Formats: sequence, C-alpha cells, structure tokens
Amino acid sequence: MQVVSPVRGSLITGKKTYHQVTDDICSRVEEKPSKSWMIAMACSLGALSLGGYALIVTLWEGIGMWGLNKTVGWAWDITNFVWWIGIGHAGTLISAILLLFRQKWRMSINRAAEAMTIFAVICAAVFPIMHMGRPWLGFYWALPLPNTFGSLWINFHSPLLWDVFAISTYFTVSLVFWYLGMIPDFATIRDRAKGVSKIIYGALSFGWDGAAKTWSRYETVSLILAGLATPLVLSVHTIVSMDFATSVIPGWHTTIFPPYFVAGAIFSGFAMVMTLMLVTRKVYKLEDYITIKHIELMNIIIMVTGSIVGVAYITELFMAWYSGVEYEQYAFFNRTAGPYWWAYAIMMTCNVISPQLFWFKKIRTSIAASFILSIVVNIGMWFERFVIIVTSLHRDYLPSSWAMFHPTVYDMGIYLFTFGFFFTAFFLFAKFFPVINMAEIKAILKSDSDTTPAEKSVTQNINQ
Amino acid sequence: MDSGKNFLLGIYEDEDVLLSAVTKIRSSGLKIHEVFSPYPVHGLDTVLGYKRSRLPIAAFMFGFLGTTLALVMQSYMMAIDWPMIIGGKDYVSVTFVPVTFELTVLVSALGMVGTFLVVSNMKPWGKARIFDIRSTDDKHVMAIDLDENKATVEQITSLLNESGASEVNNKQFDD
Repeated sequence: MQVVSPVRGSLITGKKTYHQVTDDICSRVEEKPSKSWMIAMACSLGALSLGGYALIVTLWEGIGMWGLNKTVGWAWDITNFVWWIGIGHAGTLISAILLLFRQKWRMSINRAAEAMTIFAVICAAVFPIMHMGRPWLGFYWALPLPNTFGSLWINFHSPLLWDVFAISTYFTVSLVFWYLGMIPDFATIRDRAKGVSKIIYGALSFGWDGAAKTWSRYETVSLILAGLATPLVLSVHTIVSMDFATSVIPGWHTTIFPPYFVAGAIFSGFAMVMTLMLVTRKVYKLEDYITIKHIELMNIIIMVTGSIVGVAYITELFMAWYSGVEYEQYAFFNRTAGPYWWAYAIMMTCNVISPQLFWFKKIRTSIAASFILSIVVNIGMWFERFVIIVTSLHRDYLPSSWAMFHPTVYDMGIYLFTFGFFFTAFFLFAKFFPVINMAEIKAILKSDSDTTPAEKSVTQNINQ
Repeated sequence: MDSGKNFLLGIYEDEDVLLSAVTKIRSSGLKIHEVFSPYPVHGLDTVLGYKRSRLPIAAFMFGFLGTTLALVMQSYMMAIDWPMIIGGKDYVSVTFVPVTFELTVLVSALGMVGTFLVVSNMKPWGKARIFDIRSTDDKHVMAIDLDENKATVEQITSLLNESGASEVNNKQFDD
C-alpha cells in the first residue's frame, strides 16, 4: 500500500530503504573523522583558545577591559547575549511548534537545530555571567539562595531575574527534549557498534528496546513536551525583550518589543540553521534527506519573519513620530541619522530588504543564495541588537554625558570565544551523535518518500 | 519482563502488514508478549489493546506542583521574610507571573520525563533485552511467549507465517 500525495512532493529522495537510512546516518558516527573535520575542529579550537585568553584576562582584570563607559553601560556583551539567545530559538521552534502543526519536513532538520539551540544558549549565558564582573558570586545574585546580605532575597519584580529563570528553564527543557529524541537513535548505533563504543552508546541509550508500549508512552511524552516548549520558546524572548521594554529609556520602553523580538529570534535562528545545515548537508552528503524543498520551506519562514521584523521597525518609527514625545522622537531620529546611522543602515538592508529576495523562487531554491543570505541575515540581526542597545544609551539625558562606544580587543575576544565554543560543540555533535533523527525519518519513509521501502527491502532479501 | 524465557519471534518488514498481523493473531486467541519496532508505528498500541498512557496526568500534577512552589516561594521571599517596596510594586504582585510560568513548565517537563523513564524502566547503563538486533534498524519483531500460550510451536509458526511474517525464529533467554 503506497500513499501518494499528489500535492506535495517527497520529503526524502533517493529511494531509500529503512536499512539505508540507518546506514547513511550511522556510518557518519562510525567512520573515522575526516580530514576536513579535523581542520574545521582545529580552527574552532583555535578560536576557542584565543577567545579564552580574552575571557581569562577579563575575569582577572575585571570588565574595565571592555569598551564600556559610564554612558554606554551595555554594549557588545548584551548585544551578543540577545543575538545568541535569538539563534537559540529555532531549534525548539522547529521541534515543538512544527510538531504541533504536524509539519513533517521538520524531521530532517530538528536534531541539528536543537543541538544548535543548546550550544547557542550556553554561548548567550557567557555574556551576562561575565558582565557580573565577579561571576563566582553570581549564584547569590541570580538564584533564590539564603545569603550573607541579611535575609534579603533576589528581586522577583525585576525582568533581569525573570530572564535567569526563563533561560535556565529553556535550556533545561530543550536539553531534555533533544536528549529524549536521541535515545532511540543511540539504541540503533549501540546495536551496530562493537567494543568501547557499544558500551558508550549503550549507556547513552538508557536501555531502549523499542517496545510498542514504550513507543506509545514516548509519543505521548514528546507531544506534551512540545506543548510545554511552545509557550516556553515564546516566553523566553518575550522576557529578554522586557529587560529593555520595562525600562524608562527612550527607544527601549516600547510595548511592541515582545512580538518583535520573538519574530526576530525566529528569523535569525532559522538563518543560522540554514547556514549550518547547508554545510552539514554538503559534507555528510545528506542531499536525500535535506532536499531543496526543505531549504525552500526554511527560506519562506525567513522571509515571513523578516517581513514581520520590517513591519516592527517601521511601526517603531511611526509610533515615535505619532506619540508626539520629544525624547522618543529624538531617540529614533538619532538612530536613523545620528552618528550610528551606518549601523541602522546595515540593519535595515540586511533584515528588511535582503529577505524580500526570497519572493523569487529561483533565489529561495538556490543553495548559494540561501547560504549567503542566511549569513547576511545574522549580520543584520546582530546590528539590530547593537542599534537598539547602543544608540538608545549613547545620547544620555545630559549632553555633557553623551558618548560613543568603542569595542576593545577583549570585547571582540569574548565574542570570538563563543564562536569557538559553538562550532567546537557543533562539530563534536556532528561527529559523535546522529545528525538526523533516524526513527522519525523511518516513520515517514513510507508516506513521504519516493519509494515503498518495504517492497524494496523484500526484493532485496530475495536477491540476497 | 522477567516471566518469559522462550519466545517465538515473527519478523515483519512492513508496518501495515504488521498492524493487520497483530489484529489477526490476537483474534486467534494468542497472547502477544510485545512488538519491537525501529520507529513509532501509529495505531500499533491500539491494535495491541494498550490503554492510553496516564503520563499527561503526571505532567499536569507536576505542573501544578511547580506553580504552587513558585507562588509560595516568591510570596514568602518578597512579602513575608523581608517585605520591601521595590519600584512601587505590591508585595505580592503581577510581576510574579513570568517566574511562576517558567517554574510550572520546568517542573512539569522534568517530572513527566522522569516518570516516563521510571515506568519504562530506562536509566543510564540500563540493559535492553534484545530479541532481535534488527528491531532498531529495519524490522518489526513480534515476540510470542511460548510459556504463556497453550498453542504448539508449529501452530504459532504457521499463524505467524500466514499473517505475513518474513521469518519466524526461536529466541531463548538464559536469565
């Protein structure tokens, strides 16, 4: 019985059998690391150690090593923080929201996107922790622990504290979701492995046996986790935006921030998934699993969320003018035409104009264009956060306090450190963990691929 | 799963054949020990006669616990132990909502997944009882406990073959 959808094409091509799916994904884990992997790993470890030096110097000397001044008290650190958190939004969005919407195309990309989420959130956490100056005391400042300041507790009225809870919850739930999804695949690798790797993957697979009862419970758990993770994803960037929106700084205290930040996060997150998946697809020869169709669908999401972000930018400008508030008007006039006009121009070009190119089918189905635009989008999204943070601060209430922000090599170093960490972690993941969810792919193989695998494997058995 | 030691395994290639085979074999009066699949087969739990999982109830209970903990903690810290006016907010204020939401999700998710691991007997270093190694690759394996069923090996074998099994194998466990 073959189910053929006349409207939608196949999600998996190459006439795969179930066994071929196992082979394609597992052999990446089983084979020796390739030369290109070694080189890529060496580069990211280099970035990690170079950036690690900047990190250690900052820890030793204090955040005076950064370019911050009395006026611009938040700059690259918080820019990078929001940027990484935004990137960390695509993974759980893909696996949770697209699961609830029954979008089967998520299955080829969700594993890697979730991994990316987890690493991105760790990178993001580096910045607020470093900005504490004395992070070893951070436990007392951020967590509700009894402390030596009397019985004074942390302030639950503060959005900065909400952020601590939001991000740690997001990290934990994403990690659990990601790991749970990998358990059946670890069992597949375990059953093929020998020696030490059998022991390791055996431990990782938690004794998974694939019993129908377990699968039934597992499906229930996945669905509820998706239901829990969906509002969680939306809450995280909402709360991040409240770090700004609940303040009284012109340019920050706008009610549009939560939906605008969430759209921006999905926008940049999908762009980063695109960048990484295009490379992984090429290196691991996964063209049959991540097809042009997947790329096109991701580009459409980038286009839609990019347009939402564009509308938000224009709404902000309109509201500044329409509110009649002089300070608000000045903040936006200064943003577009002040000394940081170039940052605003980069942001507008990369985030509003460039995704509109995806209206053309030729561009959104072109691998080269998708790759370039995905990087352009993330440059734009970094500048968005920079523009919001720095241009709102650098013209203080008193003109005598007006200042500019100049990053030091240590600002750049810590940013480099997070890149080093992110790619090191991603390359380790891509080598030692199954990059594509085999169980889910097999579940849709019959309905959504260009073959009837059962028939094919039967004939194969006969031929053998 | 300690009862059975002697099993007859029906190996199936296709999920739809498997589904009809399960129905056929259950209606013939044979008891199926368990079916092992490389991926979730929709409807398999229904034809096997499994009850709906109660894990959603566990998720709700844990979520409720999270909400309660969060509200009690915040109220105690901000209103009872060291009451202080911050930013003109009430002692117990609407600002508790974000942290309450996050802790609800956190406790619910961790509690539910923990319950799932416990009831499914899954833990790090847990040993799987493997009936046929291909059940994590490309075959569906139906295990029939020979001690639980009165039918003879020959009868079961022919039933399995009739229902569309591509192979029928014996499997014995020593433990």
